[in-house]
Amino acid sequence: MLNEADIATLWLTFKVASLATLIMLMLGTPLAWWLARTSSRFKGICNALVALPLVLPPTVLGFYLLVMLGPKGPVGRLTSELGWGTLPFTFGGLIVASVLYSLPFVVQPLQASFAAIGRQPLEAAATLRAGPLDTFFNVVVPLAKPGFMTAAILGFAHTVGEFGVVLMVGGNIPDKTRVVSVQIYNHVEALEYEQAHWLAGGLLLFSFTVLLVLYSALKTHPVAHQLK
Amino acid sequence: MTTPIHAKFELDYGEFRLNVDLDLPGSGVTVLFGHSGSGKTTLLRCIAGLQQAPNGFLQINGEVWQDSERNLFLPTHKRSLGYVFQEANLFPHLSVKGNLQFGLKRTGLAGADLTHILELLGIAHLLERLPDGLSGGERQRVAIARALALNPQILLMDEPLAALDFKRKQEILPYLGRLHRELNIPVLYVTHSQQEVAQLADHLVIMDEGKALASGPLSETLSRLDVPLAHDREAATVWQVTVAGHEAEYHLTRVAFAGGTLSLTHLSAEIGTPLRLQIYARDVSITLQKPSDTSILNVLPAVITDIADDDSGQSVVGLLVGDQPLLAHITRKSRMLLGLRVDMNVYVQIKGTSILN
Repeated sequence: MLNEADIATLWLTFKVASLATLIMLMLGTPLAWWLARTSSRFKGICNALVALPLVLPPTVLGFYLLVMLGPKGPVGRLTSELGWGTLPFTFGGLIVASVLYSLPFVVQPLQASFAAIGRQPLEAAATLRAGPLDTFFNVVVPLAKPGFMTAAILGFAHTVGEFGVVLMVGGNIPDKTRVVSVQIYNHVEALEYEQAHWLAGGLLLFSFTVLLVLYSALKTHPVAHQLK
Repeated sequence: MTTPIHAKFELDYGEFRLNVDLDLPGSGVTVLFGHSGSGKTTLLRCIAGLQQAPNGFLQINGEVWQDSERNLFLPTHKRSLGYVFQEANLFPHLSVKGNLQFGLKRTGLAGADLTHILELLGIAHLLERLPDGLSGGERQRVAIARALALNPQILLMDEPLAALDFKRKQEILPYLGRLHRELNIPVLYVTHSQQEVAQLADHLVIMDEGKALASGPLSETLSRLDVPLAHDREAATVWQVTVAGHEAEYHLTRVAFAGGTLSLTHLSAEIGTPLRLQIYARDVSITLQKPSDTSILNVLPAVITDIADDDSGQSVVGLLVGDQPLLAHITRKSRMLLGLRVDMNVYVQIKGTSILN
């Protein structure tokens, strides 16, 4: 069965994934909206940058983050001067790394569903006296609900499943940065296969259930088919 | 003295240019007519503020909505307008009621009584339905109601019938006719259908290649020979007439217009009922003397105001019957043989008419 340390890693993983998902939604929504509507020449660059974590080995991203956020990196020096200390090997660093690593899983579904809405409902809203923000919250958000569901669930699940970036930026500190995927690695290293089985099997079941729920919900959602 | 609507727009997209300067009436239906690509929809979108012409001036009932010289551009959501799109463009996540309430909540009219509008458009029984469950015609009627519910200063309609099949069009046209009679706000209506022009317009603007070729009262504009419409095979004029009496024994109805009366096949309409009468140019012939032995009942004195020949042996003759403009399509040979000239007094024989409402 799970021991106390395992449960601590589960709790930490849940905290990291929830907070990271919240931040990704807050950052990803305006970014995806801009990407879906702009014809700026920077669109291509931004799309590529957002998608980068999909193809890069996590260790590469983790390495650069470590350098950037470390005491000698530009971001690290800034955070030190602001009195926040440096981020690597802390909960904060874990969040920053998770957000960057899972961002494409949030931005891409949002961008696709924003693009699918088209300009027509926005124009209809404008002729019915709704200003831009009003239109966004009362027309775009409800119409893009499947996109938001997909984004939140994929962002959360992908954060739970990360390993390489976490290990590079967060390290392996109990209660602070040791998440489930790292704990499984620890168990395997120590040849504690039974413990590893409990966590690995749990994660497998969790991921499968999440995806199953997501795809069945999308199929039955009333506005989902209009966005396809 | 300013006109109720003054719209002046210039925009240049390279392959497409819009350059118009129009004064339009403050009531009735103004139809913007033209082929696709003539700029009629762009003009409507500029008036709505959905598109911004870099150079423009727009004033509606004394309120300036755009004045590029003063850098003034009122965004669409601050303009008191109703807009009906070609596709009904209802919000799919809201019921019919939710769609109607959307604008009302934002204009402080949330408690407004919609009974009249619901009845006018025949949608009272659809309130709880989602747009997905409506027919194309029902959706478009809801869209019209949604626009009207806001009590706007102007109603803009962009080919509201174009996406519908013939049957649905026939289903909606009577509702539009009713709006026409009951609304006291100006309606700008974009279409490429001559039938809709004849049925709905009071004022007509003919658009071509981003310019307004003509703008004026319907019958006057329809009979202008410098506009391609008068040369079209389907060219026709529209007269406003009223029912004057019935000749039951002959199964006829007499209608009066400014300048005389006409006999039509019997109509079951009360005396005084206003009618729109369409007279095709191909149904009008011209004689020099008043014919005494013709089977055609409607023979009226007229004055020739304009003549134009085209290159296919046809002559288009513009006439005035009393104050009513009329068009006749005759062969050039007849025109020569009769020696028709401008200002000549002649008689016109009208072989057929159709009632539009």
